[in-house]
Amino acid sequence: MTTSRVEAAGGKGYTWVDDRVPASSFLKKNLNKVFPDHWSFMLGEIALYSFIILLLTGTFLSLWFKPSMVEVIYDGSYLPLNGVAMSEAYATTLDISFDVQGGLLMRQIHHWAALFFVGAISVHLLRVFFTGAFRKPREINWVIGVGLLTLALLEGFAGYSLPDDLLSGTGLRIAEGIMLSIPLVGTWLSFLVFGGEFPGNDFIPRLFTVHVLLVPGIILALITVHLMLVWYQKHTQFPGPGRTERNVVGFPLFPVYTAKAGGFFFIVFGVTALMSGLFQINPIWVYGPYVPDQVTAGSQPDWYIGWLEGGLRLMPNWEIPFFGNTISLNILFPALILPGIIFTLMALYPWIEQWATGDRRYHHLLDRPRNAPTRTALGAMALTFYTMLWIEGGNDIIASVFSLNVNAVTWFFRIAIFVVPPLVYLAAKRIALGLQRRDRDKLLHGYESGVVKRLPSGEYYEVHKPISRDEQSVIESRKEHLRPLPMPDKTDAHGVRTPHYRIKALRARLSNFYYSDDIQAPTPAEIEAAQHHEAHEMAELDHEIDDSRDKALAPRGTTEH
Amino acid sequence: MPEHRPRRSDVDPRAAKRAERQVGFLFLISALASVLFIVAYFAIPKDELVRVPPFGETSAANLALGLAMGIALFAIGAAAIHWAKKLMPDVEIVAQRHEEGSPQEARDAALSEYERGVEESGFKRRPFIAGSMIAALAMAGLPAIVLLRDLGPAPGNKMDYTMWREGTRILIAETKQPIRVADMTIGTLISAVPEGIDVVIEEEKTLDALAKAPVILVRLDPEDIKSQQGTDWDVEGILCFSKICTHVGCPINLYEQQTHHLLCPCHQSTFDLADSAEVIFGPAARNLPQLAITVDADGYLVAQGDFAVPVGPSFWERG
Repeated sequence: MTTSRVEAAGGKGYTWVDDRVPASSFLKKNLNKVFPDHWSFMLGEIALYSFIILLLTGTFLSLWFKPSMVEVIYDGSYLPLNGVAMSEAYATTLDISFDVQGGLLMRQIHHWAALFFVGAISVHLLRVFFTGAFRKPREINWVIGVGLLTLALLEGFAGYSLPDDLLSGTGLRIAEGIMLSIPLVGTWLSFLVFGGEFPGNDFIPRLFTVHVLLVPGIILALITVHLMLVWYQKHTQFPGPGRTERNVVGFPLFPVYTAKAGGFFFIVFGVTALMSGLFQINPIWVYGPYVPDQVTAGSQPDWYIGWLEGGLRLMPNWEIPFFGNTISLNILFPALILPGIIFTLMALYPWIEQWATGDRRYHHLLDRPRNAPTRTALGAMALTFYTMLWIEGGNDIIASVFSLNVNAVTWFFRIAIFVVPPLVYLAAKRIALGLQRRDRDKLLHGYESGVVKRLPSGEYYEVHKPISRDEQSVIESRKEHLRPLPMPDKTDAHGVRTPHYRIKALRARLSNFYYSDDIQAPTPAEIEAAQHHEAHEMAELDHEIDDSRDKALAPRGTTEH
Repeated sequence: MPEHRPRRSDVDPRAAKRAERQVGFLFLISALASVLFIVAYFAIPKDELVRVPPFGETSAANLALGLAMGIALFAIGAAAIHWAKKLMPDVEIVAQRHEEGSPQEARDAALSEYERGVEESGFKRRPFIAGSMIAALAMAGLPAIVLLRDLGPAPGNKMDYTMWREGTRILIAETKQPIRVADMTIGTLISAVPEGIDVVIEEEKTLDALAKAPVILVRLDPEDIKSQQGTDWDVEGILCFSKICTHVGCPINLYEQQTHHLLCPCHQSTFDLADSAEVIFGPAARNLPQLAITVDADGYLVAQGDFAVPVGPSFWERG
């Protein structure tokens, strides 16, 4: 390529840049970078695009919103609140909703996009978990993802609290109560955060800085690293014909993926805008300004806080005296300790599984959830646990909609949260193993064709046909599972105690827990033998039928066998 | 690799032409919707309402702007994806993955470079420098933490008292009117605040006082009162309790007259007002503190003094 050709195509501007930064060297390698296609890979994209929408609409809102708790008397277009004392934060949120053309739309897009952001991150995380995409070499990206989820929850709650309306103010009061429950430093922490007693005058401006600068800055940095790692490590892919651990099959970045992913951004933005035009969200003017001695019945936080709310509602009222001080376990446990444990376990999961199974291989082909039954069952169990907390978060709504006693609903969940998740574990594991068995049968005996034939003896049988090459390659993609680690001997041949016996034994038990129930995939030899046998048997049965038909059709007396 | 099946638009030029028109048409719809957005922005008054069947009454401007913007953006996305699916190649291509991690020689080379640097800096040979540097860096972080000290005042004993004093009149929260015994029939429950709360809010320029002082007044049949938190803290069956839930501080407002149960709308802690506001269900651990009340010379309900215990959620120093 001569310089003049590049100049003709890209203009002088491009060559000017390329002379200083080697853009062409980058483009040469990356314009045809391959991305695999699957609908579930769009979940992370939705999260990314929602974040971009949040940055755009958030910037717009910040042009009018005044994060101030100074009391003003409202005098704007929303007549029912005229003359009412309220904070400047609440008043300017009303202004954005009623006196800025398009302001309500931007507020609603911002809120809907926030709900989608957390939702998309959550479902994306489930996809990554159930397909084993977090395995080596992608553990770092898994941890970044867990960090992003945590920050997204924090960021969402902060934004929800800024308008200083009655609903979100109640949420902040609860947050203050949670801070107070922290042993030793809780009261101090609350006084520092609120600049004195609750609610004070400092909190909304401080929260604003956290919401528009600190947290989004960290989120943006983490998303950048997250995407760079996806780019560098290349995307995982689902098993299929022609797909191996060593390749990536899909569409090139330019033009197909650019059009699809770029187009999808506009789809997400468009849908969010349509929803914000049609469906009202967070109508703060209905709730009224925050006043600490008022509350509305049936108060509900945004969906992603529901599980924490459920924990607070579920927990028995345990408060422990501690040498003249108070430990409020009824608040501390569900609001801080339990989420701490959950997020820690989630972040560490790749290493837990790696240690338990001894699987330190690289994985670029995704697991079908059935092929990792224990992981799938653990995930289903955790998800059930989460869902039960989430439902309990609306125990009053459930009680009033179904005319139940709210205490009975709470008691149900207090017990069910221990009983149901293990049952879901067992069911999910059985289903996964059942699907493994079916895969094995399909490979060995083909699929059930639906054609039923009858033998002269009156016996019926169903014709099995070999599965397609494509399906076979999907089933056969299942990687050889490592066998469960053997139990270590307590002592060696000389009677010397095995060093670290307990840890080794725990590891063997865990590895057994993961692998011992697996249905072994058939070996190629087994498949060939079975297919040969199947074909032979079918041929014999068909022959038997043909024979008897010949007999039946042949003129009487001439057949001799 | 699975066999590639050509699409209609691959083999039939008319189908390809049709797809081309569809894509272009979608882009044009988008451009038109953007124009409509601008028209709606200027044409529709901000306060105009419109009735849309399933959604009820809604802001006309919001609806029009949302629809126009949504269509403008969605159509761009639809056009781009339709273009990719119908007219761009749909043959998947294969790329090889590179080796994960660094090759051994790179690791060795990096280690040698690092060791050279450590050697040249003398970091290991001069432990005094290493030690003092670590100390300096660790100390440099501390001022950043200390700087945050002035975020708020020391708690002191602020959590232990409210603005109730001996003789403070109890006012109806809504109307700020004082209350006589005769104003309350049996079964009545009133949200109330101390007299002078508006002045305090005005002076302090915060709602702090209102976050601690609100109470509820309830009149029960004296026969029904099983216990209260002090002797003669009621006035003819009128009891006064803190309105702030002892769980995490929501104001409590759901009263069940028949059972004398007061339910917190946030986490459903339930208190029995006839029995010292004892917790009978839910996550709250402590009774609602009772405010001792009496009647002043003019016959209005007043406090005998401040609460005997801190109101609101438990905290470490509460004991």
